[in-house]
Amino acid sequence: MMLRNRRNEALFALALIAPFVAIYGLVFVYPTIRLFMISLTDAPLIGHGNFVGFDNYARLSSDRRFGTAVWNTAYFVLITVVPGTLVAFAIALGVNRLAGRLQAAILALFFLPYILPVSVVYLLWDWTLNFQFGIAMYLFDMLGIARIPLFKSTAWFMPAVGIITIWWTAGFSILLFLAGLRTIPTEIYEAAALDNAGRWSTFRRITWPLMWPITALVLTIQLISQLKIFDQVYLFSVGGRPNDNVVLVYYVFQRAFQSDQGGRAAAVAVVLFVIVIVVSVLNFQLTRLSGGRDR
Amino acid sequence: MTATRARRLNAIGLIITVITVFCAIIWAFPLYWAVVSSLKPEHEVVRPYIELWPETFTVSHYVFALTETEIGRWYVNSILTAIAVTVLTVSSSLFCGYAISQLNFPFRNVLWWLILASFMVPVQTLIVNHFELVAGLGLINTWSGIVLPQLIHPVIIIVYKQFFDGVPKDFREAAVMDNASEWRILTKVYIPMNWGVTTALSIVCFIWSWNSFLWPFLAVTKTDMMTITVGITQVNDAFGVYYARQLTAAVLAGLPVAVAYLIFQRRVTEAITLSAGIKG
Repeated sequence: MMLRNRRNEALFALALIAPFVAIYGLVFVYPTIRLFMISLTDAPLIGHGNFVGFDNYARLSSDRRFGTAVWNTAYFVLITVVPGTLVAFAIALGVNRLAGRLQAAILALFFLPYILPVSVVYLLWDWTLNFQFGIAMYLFDMLGIARIPLFKSTAWFMPAVGIITIWWTAGFSILLFLAGLRTIPTEIYEAAALDNAGRWSTFRRITWPLMWPITALVLTIQLISQLKIFDQVYLFSVGGRPNDNVVLVYYVFQRAFQSDQGGRAAAVAVVLFVIVIVVSVLNFQLTRLSGGRDR
Repeated sequence: MTATRARRLNAIGLIITVITVFCAIIWAFPLYWAVVSSLKPEHEVVRPYIELWPETFTVSHYVFALTETEIGRWYVNSILTAIAVTVLTVSSSLFCGYAISQLNFPFRNVLWWLILASFMVPVQTLIVNHFELVAGLGLINTWSGIVLPQLIHPVIIIVYKQFFDGVPKDFREAAVMDNASEWRILTKVYIPMNWGVTTALSIVCFIWSWNSFLWPFLAVTKTDMMTITVGITQVNDAFGVYYARQLTAAVLAGLPVAVAYLIFQRRVTEAITLSAGIKG
């Protein structure tokens, strides 16, 4: 009787996991295996190719556009991850002070951009920063700064897209910071107030150390998602200089869908794949280590 | 002495509040500006100075977008594919998360570790192989083709497992005592208990799918099969260089998700913090 129950349970469990396992195998495991296989061939986007060993990888070292893509991706990470996290933290501190309906309304204003599709963000900012009619350019005029065609100039492209990305994604980090701030017991602040601790030392001694785990989490999530940047860079590059602005995913797209070189595209994708996995694993180990020290 | 100090602190607090509110208004200004511009006639939009309010209101751009362009068709594509992604992802994840949390079966831990590991894999690197797969199945330019590669959200399983783990074992034992079948235990006890999470996860899953760009952009080459997120950036002829019309398209594409957020603000917030691994 007991044995039959256990068999029934296992059968029921297998029926429950079957849909997910089928989907997972088809759109995740199989493509991942194919990714590594194709990267060793000279296959076009669709169709078979010959085995070429590590040729596709060897070619990357002398591939100038790959170099540009690596550099641009790193540059983008540099200008978005830490500044974006700091901006979100500052906003969260401000929002956390408010209460009730005002807080909900202000939070909604900061959060709304995050909920919008990238193409809406693109059209919005393309208009706001439009060289001829953009409202930001009137501001430039008023401040006496010469107008800049931001998305057509290589020097300005990444910073501009970086700032727009911070604007777009900060809402997410703000939510995480707010969730963290709410878990700090008010008694700690009351005790600090009794000790006549000033605003700054309260922040330095209490808020900042208690918020560090959340800050680390936000930094990691930001880092990993910015390594995978594509959408904004692609959209703002249209009509500009895509080859100067290329980032890693964009380069995979160019190789595969514009040059019809599936094998070479896959090699680039594998490089990004490995980078992201290494960063994730490193981060996991680091948080485990620091968590161990705290305890 | 302490009274003046307290008053000074209050003054600083007030200043910080004012700065926060001011920043929020600046932050959201581009959104306001797009909506207002879409309600102005084109000649007002390109005036060389800032007008915060339209001189003459017009909805003509909206009438144009909804009648003369393919936006209506794109709406249908977006709604259908986002609903399909949401229903398939949330239901398969719920079942799988429940099985891993509550039932014993062979290779349970292997499956759990695979799911945790896949959480780290960047889906963007699989575009070449997703294209190969979907093209091989003959699904380019179809709804199924748009939906298929979007069905992996391991994080939803992870959230479900955490929730089912949190349900006290007594519920299960009581149900087993009553001779309830496994299916009844799941549908009458565990699912009703977690409606809140299910709603929250469904809403964000819908928003993620509505907003996804890279895959729908690759999977579709015919304009009539595009989702709205892709369509408004790809079909310039439909709108020309009329800025007001482009902004109208942007407002129409963003409106459903913005409204969904404003209605379900608490649920969305909850699901997003949960998906980052924080219990709200």
